[in-house]
Order: sequence, then structure tokens, then C-alpha cells
Amino acid sequence: MIVVRDLDLDLDAFEGPFDLLLTLVLKEELELVDVDVAGIVVRFVERLAEREALDLDACGEFLVLVAALLELKARGLFEEEGAELSELEPEEAAEELARRLAEYRRMKEAAGWLAERLSSERDRFFRLGPAPLAPEPERRLAPQDPEELANVVRLLAAEPPVVSLAHMELRFPPVAQFVARFRALLGRRSRFDFDAELAGLSRAEQAVAFLALLELRRADEISISQAAPFASIRVARVEQESAAANERTVAWNVRSA
Amino acid sequence: MERPLRLVTTNPLDQLARTLEALLVVASAPLPVEELVAAADDDRERVETALGLLAERYREGRSGIVLESVAGGWAFRASRDAAEACGRLFERPVQRGLSQAALETLAIVAYLGPCTRPEIARIRGVAADSAVAGLVERGLITEAGRDDGAGGAVRYKATPMFERVFGLESLSQLPRLDDLAGDVDELRERLHAVAEQRSA
Repeated sequence: MIVVRDLDLDLDAFEGPFDLLLTLVLKEELELVDVDVAGIVVRFVERLAEREALDLDACGEFLVLVAALLELKARGLFEEEGAELSELEPEEAAEELARRLAEYRRMKEAAGWLAERLSSERDRFFRLGPAPLAPEPERRLAPQDPEELANVVRLLAAEPPVVSLAHMELRFPPVAQFVARFRALLGRRSRFDFDAELAGLSRAEQAVAFLALLELRRADEISISQAAPFASIRVARVEQESAAANERTVAWNVRSA
Repeated sequence: MERPLRLVTTNPLDQLARTLEALLVVASAPLPVEELVAAADDDRERVETALGLLAERYREGRSGIVLESVAGGWAFRASRDAAEACGRLFERPVQRGLSQAALETLAIVAYLGPCTRPEIARIRGVAADSAVAGLVERGLITEAGRDDGAGGAVRYKATPMFERVFGLESLSQLPRLDDLAGDVDELRERLHAVAEQRSA
């Protein structure tokens, strides 16, 4: 059987079981005006439809509760007049209802007139702005020199420097070319001054030459020293025997590790 | 024939008309006649006559600018011929239309205002909170004090903006409610018919 009080509700104004809704309404913590009673009815009918047999007890209980809710809501909407309405004779009540319906109908007609007017006056364009005499908040600014402003604008108006695209045309010589060159040099001499060797080369060539230097260092063919940052780089040939000794040390270290 | 172009032949009110023209072009809201009289420092009757001259000069179909009496004052607006071009550059004051709930709420406030949200809800039978908030945001209605007593509900009234959007000189230009349908007799008969069916 369906327990009406446990009916789960999911309305705009409320989400939870029916009996909590009733409690909140009775405690006046929830405005009944905001509650969609039709939504409650739909939810109940859905629950009812899930079952084959008609649950008469549940229907009866639900009807009583919803009727009470509707009466409360109606009283809420009509406030004190609602109480008067219930004391009226049927004839008078009908008269009163007709008066109210007529009032609403007039407002609906007025709304219709406004809608027509809005579409016929759609093409009205006019200047909109703040109220003409509204007090403007006072802006406090230190006195300014107009010439300074002009200077700033001049700065902004100056054409920015052209960005150089020269690097896009750079040609890089192969690293191997410098590797061969340095090897040949070290074949003749035991050491040389890197900076002196680079004299007269382009920036790109210098960069490639430095890569060749690193390449040779990695292969343990040379040792590099520099007395101080930005001092000239001294390149010395590593003797084959000491290179072999180095290799032995490395191997020994690896074995002992 | 080097003669300056003149829109209006010499008229004793010409100078005053020019002053009013200047005041109206600077204003961003309709200017009531009293304000124009005070600003132009002239006679009210003469100001009204000059306004008549200007209204003729800036008449729909004659000028791209139209002078009209609206929302309790005088104001320039664009001519209807230019509406299409204006629409490409500017948003209409009420660009998106108004929902049925908003229109009904607006009608109630315009006719019965200042009135409170409970009063609006009483007539429409549903809460009017969001419709009222939307209309306030669009500048069509505004708060106008509170109901008597402590914690009284906020009252709302229609704004000059409402009158401008709907092209009304004042709220009194709204059609009389009695002229609109809403035949009480017919409703009464229908209610009685329903009652008889039930008792039968």
C-alpha cells in the first residue's frame, strides 16, 4: 500500500517527503504560494499508476490532505477576504468569484493590449541615459599637465621597432665540419684558445663551433678550462693513455660498485 | 545667391525654439515643460508655442529625428524610417519580448500601481516574484515605498521608461479597463450554470 506521507516530491520550491512539506507549511517556514500543488497531484498519480490495484485508502488520505493544502493556499492568496468568502451565501460567493475572475480577465486583456502596443512600438529608438540631474560622484584627480598627457600619447603613437626576421635566413654549417677542424688543430698542437679560433666567424657559426666543442668533450677527446666566467676558453688534447686510464677507472668503479 | 539655408522662416519664437532644441538634444530623458520653461527662462505659453513649432519641424516623415511628447515630457527619438538602421547598431529598449506572466504583471502594476507583490499574486492567482524582479531589472517598474505598517510589503509602480517604451504621454493614456472585455455578466452566468449542474 502507498503511504501518502512518504510520497517523494521533487518540486521547484520543495524536495523531499510529503509529510515534511506539510510540517514546513504548518510551521509557516514554506510559503504555500510557491508550492506547485498540481505537481504533487501528478506525482501521486504516477505512484498510483505503478500499481495494478487501486489503493482506495491512499487515495482517500491523499484527497483530504491535498484539499486541505489547496484551501490553505487559497486563503493565503486571498488573505482575510478568504475568510469572508466562506461565510458568504452561495449566491454571494458566486458573485464575488465572478467579480474576481472579471478583474483578472480585465488584466489579461490589458496585458494583451500591452503586448500589441509593444510590437507596434517596436521601432522606437531613443537616447537612454542616467537621469539628467542625477548627482554625479565627484572625481578627485590631482591637477594634470596637458603637455604630459600629450607626451604620453606621442609615446603611444610612435611606430614600434620593426621585428627582425633575419634569423630565419640563417644557414648553419654542420657540426661535423668543426669537429674535424678542431681534431686537425689538436693533431698539430696540444692546446688552443677557443675564442681566438672563432675570430671572424658569424654568430651562427660560433654557436655551431661551441656545439662541436661539447661533442668532443663528450667523447673525452679534449679537456676544457676557463679561468673565470667570460674569460677565454682553453681547449687541451686529452692524451690517449690518460683517456684509457680514465676508462679503466670507470670500469673499476662500476665493478666495485 | 549666397543665402544660408533656413528651415523655418523668420519667427519671433525662432530664438526660443533654438534654445529648446539645444536643451532637448542634450537631455537623455524626456524634459517636462516646467523644466524647459525654467531652463530657457521664458514664458510658459511661449515655450509651448515654440515646442509646437519644433514638433512640426521634427515630424515623422519630415526628419530623421522626431520630437514627441512622451512620459510626461518632450524628447527626441529616431524616426521610424530609420528603425532598421538603428536596429543594426543599437539594442531596442525591450529587445527580447515579455512573457505572458511579465505582461500581466506589468498590466496590473501600470493600472493599479503602486501595488505590492501579494496584491499582484491575488489577482493572477500565482506568485509574481520572478516576473516582478524581471520587470524591475528591465527598468519598466520600480519600487515606490512600502505598505503601511511595520514590515509592509514593497510597492511597485510603472516607470517613465515604461511610458517611453510603449509610447505613452502618461499612464492616463492606457485604454480604460471598462473598454477592454471582461464581461462580468457573462462570467456570472457561466458560474451559475456550473453550480446548477452540480446541484442537479
